Amino acid sequence: MMPDLGKYADTVLSAYLVSIVLLVVLVAMSLRASRKARADLEQVETRRRG
Amino acid sequence: MGSIWEYANPVKFVRTSEIVLPWVSVIAMVTLVVGLVWGFFFTPDDYRQGSTVKIIYLHVPAALMAINVWFMMLVTSLIWLIRRHHVSALAAKAAAPVGIIMTVIALVTGAIWGQPMWGTWWAWDPRLTSFLILFLFYLGYIALWEAIDNPDTAADLTAVLCIVGSVFAVLSRYAVNFWNQGLHQGASLSLDKEENVADVFSTPLYICMVGFGFLFIALVFLRTRTEIHKRRTKALLARERLG
Repeated sequence: MMPDLGKYADTVLSAYLVSIVLLVVLVAMSLRASRKARADLEQVETRRRG
Repeated sequence: MGSIWEYANPVKFVRTSEIVLPWVSVIAMVTLVVGLVWGFFFTPDDYRQGSTVKIIYLHVPAALMAINVWFMMLVTSLIWLIRRHHVSALAAKAAAPVGIIMTVIALVTGAIWGQPMWGTWWAWDPRLTSFLILFLFYLGYIALWEAIDNPDTAADLTAVLCIVGSVFAVLSRYAVNFWNQGLHQGASLSLDKEENVADVFSTPLYICMVGFGFLFIALVFLRTRTEIHKRRTKALLARERLG
C-alpha cells in the first residue's frame, strides 16, 4: 500500500509528519478553547440566573 | 435575504456558526483526506524531483492560505476601522493563529523540499524572505492583541499593523514576478499550459487547496465564536463586579 518513495522517503515523510502534527494541534487547541469558553460563559450565565 | 451586516450581531453570528460549522468541517475533512491520500498514494513521481513532488499537496495549499488569510484579516480589519463591528475585529483575531500555522507549514515544507532539490534548507530568495517577513508580521499581530488590555485599542492597532503587513502579503505572492531571480520557481498553477503542473498532479492539488480553504473557514467560525463567548463572559463578570 505504501508507495515507494525511493531515496527521498525521509524528506517526504517528514514534510507530511510536521504538517499533519501542526494541523492536528491547531484543530485540537481551537476545539479545547471553544469548549472552555462555552463552559465558562454557561457557568456565569447560570450563576446570574440563579 | 438579509444584509451581510446582520452577521455583525454576535448572537446572529453564533447562531449561524452552529448551523454552518458542522457542514464546513465535514467538507474540509473529506476534501483534505481525499486530496492528500490521492496525492500521496496515487500520483507518480516527477521525472526530475522524484517522490519529493508529493510535498506540493501540503506546501502550495499552505502557502496559498498563508497569504489569503492575511487578506481576509485585512478586509475584516478595514470593516472594523470603518464600521466598528466587533465581530469583524474578533474574526481577524481568530484567523491569525490559523494564518501563522499555514505560514509555518509553507516555510518548513519548503525547507524540507528545498534541501534535496536546491542543496540548501534556506536561501535569501525574494519569495522565501518575504514569506519569513509575513511570518514575523503574524507573530507581531498575535503579540499585539495579547499585549493590550483594552480590546478596542487592540483592535485598532492590530488593524493598522494588518494594513502595513499587507504589503508583504502581496510581495509573498508576487515576489517571483517582481524580482526575476532566486531559487524559487514561479507559480505552480497557471492558466499557461506550459507553466502549469501536469494534470496528473494538479487535480489532487486543487482538491487539497479546497480542503485547506474549508479547514480555514471552519476554524475561523469556531475561533470567532470562542472569542465572542470569551468577550461575553468578560462583560458579564465586569457587570457582576460593578453590581
